[in-house]
Amino acid sequence: MSTVRIEIDGETLDVPAGITVAAAIARVERPFRRSVKGHARAPFCGMGICFECRVRINGVAQQRACMIAVHEGMQVVTDD
Amino acid sequence: MTEHYDVVIVGAGPAGLAAAEAALAHGARVAWLDAQATAGGQVWRRDVEHGWPPRAQRVIEYVTQHANATWMPQTQVVTAEASELLLQNESRAWRISYDALVLATGARELLLPFPGWTLPGVTGAGGLQALAKQGWPLAGRRVVIAGSGPLLLAVAATAKRHGAHVLGIYEQASAATVHNFAQKLWRWPGKALQAVSLRARLAGIPYRCGSIVTRALGDSTLQLIEVDGPRGVERFECDQLAVGYGLVPNVELAHALGCAMKYEGAHPCIEVDAMQCTSVPHIYAAGEVCGIGGHDCAWLEGRIAGLAATNASIGASLLRKQHHARTFAAALREYFALDPYIHDLSEPDTLICRCEDVPLRALEDYDDARNAKLATRCGMGACQGRVCGTALAELGRFPRSGLRPPLFPTRLATLGELHSSCSQGSIP
Amino acid sequence: MGYRQRVKSYDLIIVGAGIVGTACADYASQEGLRVAIVEPGPIGGGATAAAMGHLVAMDDDPAELALSHYSLNLWESFTGVEQIEYSRCGTLWVASNEAEFARIPEKLARLAATGVQAELIDREQLYRLEPHLAPDLCGGMRVSREAVVYPPGMAHHLLNRARARGAELHTNRVIAITHHGVQLADQTHLAGTVLVATGCALPELLPQLPIRGRKGHLVITDRYPGVVHHQLLELGYADSAHGHDDSSVAFNVQPRPTGQILIGSSREYGSDTPDVSMPMVRRMLERTFRFLPRLRQLDALRIWTGFRPVSVDGLPYLGNVPGQSNVWVAAGHEGLGITTSLGSARLVIDQWLGRATAIDARPYDPARVAA
Repeated sequence: MSTVRIEIDGETLDVPAGITVAAAIARVERPFRRSVKGHARAPFCGMGICFECRVRINGVAQQRACMIAVHEGMQVVTDD
Repeated sequence: MTEHYDVVIVGAGPAGLAAAEAALAHGARVAWLDAQATAGGQVWRRDVEHGWPPRAQRVIEYVTQHANATWMPQTQVVTAEASELLLQNESRAWRISYDALVLATGARELLLPFPGWTLPGVTGAGGLQALAKQGWPLAGRRVVIAGSGPLLLAVAATAKRHGAHVLGIYEQASAATVHNFAQKLWRWPGKALQAVSLRARLAGIPYRCGSIVTRALGDSTLQLIEVDGPRGVERFECDQLAVGYGLVPNVELAHALGCAMKYEGAHPCIEVDAMQCTSVPHIYAAGEVCGIGGHDCAWLEGRIAGLAATNASIGASLLRKQHHARTFAAALREYFALDPYIHDLSEPDTLICRCEDVPLRALEDYDDARNAKLATRCGMGACQGRVCGTALAELGRFPRSGLRPPLFPTRLATLGELHSSCSQGSIP
Repeated sequence: MGYRQRVKSYDLIIVGAGIVGTACADYASQEGLRVAIVEPGPIGGGATAAAMGHLVAMDDDPAELALSHYSLNLWESFTGVEQIEYSRCGTLWVASNEAEFARIPEKLARLAATGVQAELIDREQLYRLEPHLAPDLCGGMRVSREAVVYPPGMAHHLLNRARARGAELHTNRVIAITHHGVQLADQTHLAGTVLVATGCALPELLPQLPIRGRKGHLVITDRYPGVVHHQLLELGYADSAHGHDDSSVAFNVQPRPTGQILIGSSREYGSDTPDVSMPMVRRMLERTFRFLPRLRQLDALRIWTGFRPVSVDGLPYLGNVPGQSNVWVAAGHEGLGITTSLGSARLVIDQWLGRATAIDARPYDPARVAA
């Protein structure tokens, strides 16, 4: 399986091409985000409905990690 | 400028694909779009390791490669105005118009609150299946699947295929009910075959009926779950809990277009006639959005809608099959009706609105969604009430309300400019 | 006869539980009066719920400025109430050209004469304060003590205070004003002096006091803390707010304490449905991007509309209804009702009690219209 190189919270990783950002974050066991009252949250619905998996992707905040596939050079920041 | 098509199909699951295939076969120029990056919808979601199911792959290839078809992946419908849809994808916004529109927007999971349901490690049942197919790591993880309906078996099969150690499947319906349902399956031989093959693949995985996950526990991630069943209350460790109580039609676009609705339990679905026509001229609907019916039903209705949208003739046998498929759905609903106990799992501090962290306690004084929202922020978050509003409707508190544009969170550029493309740049 | 009419007596019956009605209930109950408040719908669910919640001194009319300033001082005692989400972000008025910038000193002088502290902001300071503003602006004016609030939260708070002092809420509709009070839809009769604070619905009970609904749109984003720091308005705002065009838009952006960004503002006559008009949203956002182009990439969560209750001359009707000694009115605040609710309540109730008012009440006297 071919891989792409991405960065999650400054750490460089090679992950399988085609997986979503959500899957990539889970593979390195990073937290996803904090809720408005500060609780840890992670993907819940897996299909873009619940917005629990939002992270910053290539500088744009509040992106749904379960809806976007990894791309070469992608920069992901979690736990905003 | 607005792009015009003979037929626009929203949703690329079985209903949308069948509609596209039928419309293309009758010479129409078709645009089909989906918020997901690949076609297939949820039931035929492409697995990054294993691809599409063979049946889905054939039709997806046919439709994708057809000269008269324009495939718009990762495309969200933002607003609907005067027979035009405003769309956006990752990089641009544009408008399309149509002679006929087919709504095949499918369903989402019915996700109901219980103590601990916000912990990382807890997902929907279909949610876990979708995540597994996206490459979510499950190898060696201890997974529990719970909720209701035949979907749980399919989720268990996917999890197992991805190397999960499935500790058990917990079905809320009683053993007697599930047994009676299985006895009836001979009326739908296809379904019986699916069930048998699923059970074979799930050999060795406990299937417990009359059992409800009442609590998830853990510090910042799931560690322990509590199950209440015929054997009493049990607690055990697991890494991943997937809970789904059925499906809810995605009617937001249909609502914006003014299509008449009917109710299945607490949740609206689109009202259609035998030709899948909605109450709005030139707008058709097919599949789960017309009431939860399963993918066979969705396929047949998509085909009918695609034929109707191109004024092609529709055979009586197709209509008969569709009717038969709908009776299966009705049986499913009857046998897997939710135990009222499930409506009562939340405690006063259980969060109901996950976006805004609103606990059940805060909602006690309100009997109307708008009042509750103004006073507590319940439903004001990014999911636009899809999770909490649907749950509160199911729990019998108050119906979901306040559906307004945009249909999903939308880039301001999309709403603010007739033609927009996304400029690069970083926003804190 | 089996029918016996139920009558309850109060000193004051307030019709409408928007921010103006609840402010009246709060003040009247504080003065020891027996108060009823009648509202069939949500508390603060009309124009109050649709408002931005910007507490601002508008200086383009002396009476409006006097009432704003009086009210802003009254707001100071609420700053610590969690429910109202008070955030003293300050107002930054932005000059998009030299002519607007040149007019700032007279504006400063007008505000200073009333006691409102404001300062001139040069170009360099402007970008230090708000780095995301478009690069071609000329400077502006900052009013540091101004703030934003969550208006339905304030309406709830005011009502709760009044109820704690004995005020009674009737979740009901007033179908008629009678000689002695009001008749409710369930045939209950409430006796007492009547104060109508029903905003856009005023003509239903007091047709002699004209009100027009001026529709507005608002857009709110997901949470992006730190993008915008002040309530931002263009100095040309008053031209939009006070113009008589059928529709107009102005740059008006607010940082919510949640990190969300609330975007206004549009003004529109002639539309009486609450439907969102996408062409109007488009105009409003185009105006926003002219000043804050970086907002383009942010996600909007919701769009909503509301109707500002506009009197014949843009000033609220505050006082006794001519020819009806038992009926008083506090309505018609257009887009300034959140700011001026507290002062309006005192002005009306002080007049009713025969007290001297803190500011000249004559400009708001309903007699100017109905006489």
